[in-house]
Amino acid sequence: MVPLDYYLILSAIVFAIGVVGVLARRNLIVILMSIELMLNAVNLTFIAFSRFLGSMEGQVAVFFVMAVAAAEAVIGLAIIISVFRQRQSLDPEEMQLLKW
Amino acid sequence: MDASTLIFFALAALLVVSSLLVVLLPNVVHGAMALIAALLLISIFFVMLQAPMVGVLQVLVYAGAIMVLFLFVIMFLNPARQPRGGAWLGFSVLLALLLGGGLAAMLTKTETAADPVAATDLFGSPEMLAKSLFGDFVLPFEIASVLLLVAIVGAVVLAKRER
Repeated sequence: MVPLDYYLILSAIVFAIGVVGVLARRNLIVILMSIELMLNAVNLTFIAFSRFLGSMEGQVAVFFVMAVAAAEAVIGLAIIISVFRQRQSLDPEEMQLLKW
Repeated sequence: MDASTLIFFALAALLVVSSLLVVLLPNVVHGAMALIAALLLISIFFVMLQAPMVGVLQVLVYAGAIMVLFLFVIMFLNPARQPRGGAWLGFSVLLALLLGGGLAAMLTKTETAADPVAATDLFGSPEMLAKSLFGDFVLPFEIASVLLLVAIVGAVVLAKRER
C-alpha cells in the first residue's frame, strides 16, 4: 500500500505546476487548462484522504468539484470566444481597458 | 519496495511530466493532449485508491466532455503560436516552488493512521456513492443541477453573436 504522504506530495507538485501555468503563460486557453490541472490535483488529495480515512465524503466532494469545473470550463470558454471576437487575441496582457 | 509503490512512482513521474508539458508546450493543441494524458493518469490513481466510480466519471466528464469542448474552442479560434511569458516566468516558478513546498509540508503534517482503514468491497462503488450523494448531500446535489443550468444559459448568452 502506497503511503498517504506520497499522494499528498504528488498532488502538491501538480498543483504548483498549475500555478506556474496560470501566472507565466500568456494564452487564455492555457490558463484555463492550468486551472483544470489545479482542480484535479485537489481532487487527488480528496480521494487519497477519502481512502485513508475510510469515508465516502471525499468522493462526493470530488463529484461536486467536477460539476463546478464543468460549469467553469463552459463559462470560461464562452468568455474566451467573445473576447477573441472583440480583439482577435488571446493574450491577457492586451486586456487592459479597466487597468489604471 | 513492493510492486504497488513502483507502479505509483512510474505513474507519478508520467503525471508530473505531462503536467509540465501542459504548461510548457507552445502549441495549445499539444498542451490539450498532454492535459488529457494527465487526466487519464489521475483517473488511474483514483482506481488505485478504491474510487472506481469517480475514476470512470473522471474519464467520461473530464477527458471526454470537457477536453472535447476545449479542443473545439481551440480549433474554432485557431490561435497563433504565442511566446511563453518572459518577465513573469522566474517569479512565478519561485512562487510555485514556495507554494508547492508549503502545501507538501502542511499536508504531510496531518495526522492520519499509518495503516489505512480496511476498505470493504463496497467502498467506492456506485452504490455507496449514490447512498452518500442522495442521502446526506441531496441539497448540494440539487444546487449543482441549478448551477449547471445557469452555466448552460450563460454560455449560450455569452457566445451568441451580437446583433
